[in-house]
Amino acid sequence: MRKALIIISLIFIQQLTAQEMGTVLIKNGTVITITDGVKENTDVLIKNGKISQIGEGLSILRREGKITELGNEATAGNDFRIIDAKGMYVMPGIVDAHSHIGIDAVNEATDPVTAQVWVGDALNPYDVNLYRALAGGVTISHAMHGSANAIGGQCETIKHRYGVEDPELLRMKDAPRTIKFALGENPIRVHGEGQRIVPNTRMGIEQVFRTSLQEGKDYAKAWAAYSSGKTKTPPEYNLRKETLAGIISGEIMIHCHSYRADEILMLMKVLSDYGVDKICFQHVNEGFKVAPELAEFGAYASVFSDWWAYKFEVYYSTAYNATILTKNGVVTSINSDSRELIRHLYHEAAKTQKYGGLSDNEALKLITLNPAIQLGIDDRVGSLEKGKDGDVAIFNKHPLSVYAIPQYTIVDGVVRFDINEDPADMRIDVDPEEAVPAFMESSAGHGHGHGKGCDDSCMQDVFYYLFDH
Amino acid sequence: MKNIIQIIALVGMSFWATAQQVQKSEGGVFLLQNGQVYTHDKGMISADILLKDGLIAEVGSALAAGSAKIIDCKGLEIYPGMIDAGTKLGIAEVGAVSLTQDHNELGEYTPHMQALTAVNPSSVNIPVNRVNGITTVLTLPSGGLFPGTAAAIDLHGYTPEQMYAGFKGVVLNFPSSGKRGRWDRRSEEDIKKDSKKKLKRLNKFWKASKIYAGIKAKNGETKYNPQMDAMLGVMNDKAPLIVEVNKKADILAAIAWINKNGVNVILSGVAEGYRVIDSLVKYDIPVITGPILNNPSRSSDHYDVGYSNAGKMQKAGIRVAIRTNETENVRNLPYNAAFAAAYGMGWEAAFKAVTQVPADLMGIGDKYGSLTKGKVANLFITDGDPFETKTMVKHLFIRGWKVPMESRHTLLYEEFLERDPGLSK
Repeated sequence: MRKALIIISLIFIQQLTAQEMGTVLIKNGTVITITDGVKENTDVLIKNGKISQIGEGLSILRREGKITELGNEATAGNDFRIIDAKGMYVMPGIVDAHSHIGIDAVNEATDPVTAQVWVGDALNPYDVNLYRALAGGVTISHAMHGSANAIGGQCETIKHRYGVEDPELLRMKDAPRTIKFALGENPIRVHGEGQRIVPNTRMGIEQVFRTSLQEGKDYAKAWAAYSSGKTKTPPEYNLRKETLAGIISGEIMIHCHSYRADEILMLMKVLSDYGVDKICFQHVNEGFKVAPELAEFGAYASVFSDWWAYKFEVYYSTAYNATILTKNGVVTSINSDSRELIRHLYHEAAKTQKYGGLSDNEALKLITLNPAIQLGIDDRVGSLEKGKDGDVAIFNKHPLSVYAIPQYTIVDGVVRFDINEDPADMRIDVDPEEAVPAFMESSAGHGHGHGKGCDDSCMQDVFYYLFDH
Repeated sequence: MKNIIQIIALVGMSFWATAQQVQKSEGGVFLLQNGQVYTHDKGMISADILLKDGLIAEVGSALAAGSAKIIDCKGLEIYPGMIDAGTKLGIAEVGAVSLTQDHNELGEYTPHMQALTAVNPSSVNIPVNRVNGITTVLTLPSGGLFPGTAAAIDLHGYTPEQMYAGFKGVVLNFPSSGKRGRWDRRSEEDIKKDSKKKLKRLNKFWKASKIYAGIKAKNGETKYNPQMDAMLGVMNDKAPLIVEVNKKADILAAIAWINKNGVNVILSGVAEGYRVIDSLVKYDIPVITGPILNNPSRSSDHYDVGYSNAGKMQKAGIRVAIRTNETENVRNLPYNAAFAAAYGMGWEAAFKAVTQVPADLMGIGDKYGSLTKGKVANLFITDGDPFETKTMVKHLFIRGWKVPMESRHTLLYEEFLERDPGLSK
């Protein structure tokens, strides 16, 4: 009896946390695969959440109640959908390597090193910005800790399954672990200027990294000694040090907020000294100055399309950054870091055609395969290939055209955005005391610079009167 | 011979690599030959354009070149320079460096603060933005109820006076009953109280200004009062007051206030204009709206209200100009207009909203906004639709000057695409 109860409750738990997987047949679209060219008049079949076929004349057949892709026509039922994409463009769901939507807390700005905290503990499936991102074709974002600390918290790669209420269901299961680092003005302002503790300069930031990584190294060594029987008593457990050790072992990848060329070189030197060979630089506005060094290290770069001049460390910027990095062989992505910009990353990617003349595929890679590589999930998403996740964005025009309007966005084969079934109010949690939600003046301005609001900025929860990245 | 060319090229390149400023503009008489010329009423026409003394001297077919320098525009398109009637370009340089921000003077009633005074003709932001085809901006002060007087400037020149484009307007930030942002922890009640108090102060200042203007109109004696002197145009000459207002209830309150006081206004911002279209139409109030690339102001709003707002107002008959509300990225004005175009406004109206309409609203429509004989020679030449992201601007003319297609961004690109030395040990 007890056993039966356990089994029943296990099944119940499994159902609660089961990710919804859908089946969709997308017919007759222009399919932009990213890895295998552009295919006219082609179908994409997503079966139970995974891309099962890409080809011409695909159909779904129901055989003994089960769906099979082979055979003749079948009509769509409750268990699958058919989308007529004639005249439309079908591309992989857009991936944003730097975002702060879908989380309730961004900065644990209490110490220059907070490796022990994790934004994955603050997921918020009710955030309507998840839906707005879907309406821009974005299916995955990297929900990042902010840039207040030299070593910030761990981040979470989330799927935009807007509609679910269980925070667990936002997680992209088994996506590699990542952690936020930050260089330059933000940690200096928060800790040096704000608290009068190191770091107060870019020199101080280097030493914070060295001290912390050494701590992690020593911690791992102490545990290794205990495990091998060299020491009798185990070291005191310390989550912060354990996380730092995970960075050195390569289990946790660094995504580092950075702007200036000198500080980028500094961090690569520090990492070389500790044998860490993987890093993604975020923002990296002066990455173009050290593109050969970034390429040699094998570092990745996730940049803005054209943001600059909102603070002194981005005054010497160029909108040609993504092109220069790409042409120098650096795996580059374009990110949003904004709940506004995330809605038109396809347009941001197109700017690399103006600023440097990237090809269609090079430009689209910046918001699909490349950010997927940077998050370590390119084996599952970032291109339309058999076996990959059924994450798709469908546009009425070529996605690099400024006139393109997203029509459908699909996550794991589930249509999460459909422009034909798109009511205005998409909130899941409605505050009964605020039937008409407050008007935000700050969202009337752009997210950057000159004192305008940017609620999802890297400095959220720190200086609400300073809007910075 | 080949060697000489190589040497010249090398000398040229070394200049590129070290240039701190963009190169000089080129003056003179120019003939833009065989281009496709965009006109608001007839669309594209095949024509030549002659530029002389800073003006469009002639638009027509097979114009005689005379001594003019010829710009071959075959296969290219010519458009009137775009106008962004909502920026801080020239008066703000680096966002987070407050000492480079000259738009926000202390005090609640400072209409006498002149944006034009603080325009830095050497702002690095200016070339970066103009090379995308934006030739004129309205640059506005901020903060307080009456932050100051905005000025229209052309994006070329060595002194503010040289750049001045013929329009100044006093700005009013109409009291807002919205939250300033997510971090604004004031209760609804407190917000309402604050905004009511502000409206009271606004009315008090307004009344005093009116009395002052009445005395001045009768050549009466007054003490030195620069604040109220700055209001004279609005009070006595019906000069347009630029009223920044965004929330539905605030727009309605502003309209009531405008009608009560008989003010000539241009509304600016107007994020929720689509919710008050009837009132805007009824009182024929023009708007400068934007940014279009903007999040909805309320969590319950449809995701595209920012994109579609301009089109909804324009379709109802409201005069609509589009702004970016930007400083360093005014260059995205065509993309803001493009999103408005795609989400209901249509291309022609959206292009007018960044050319002729803002010029008309500022009262300089007879000199700006279209490629018409006698107008200021502000134009740009492209290889296609100026709204489309990948379109390249090939040439840029401001007041007849051929402006180099250079900026910090292009100079850094030239220097660093193939960095030399590259990797060195």
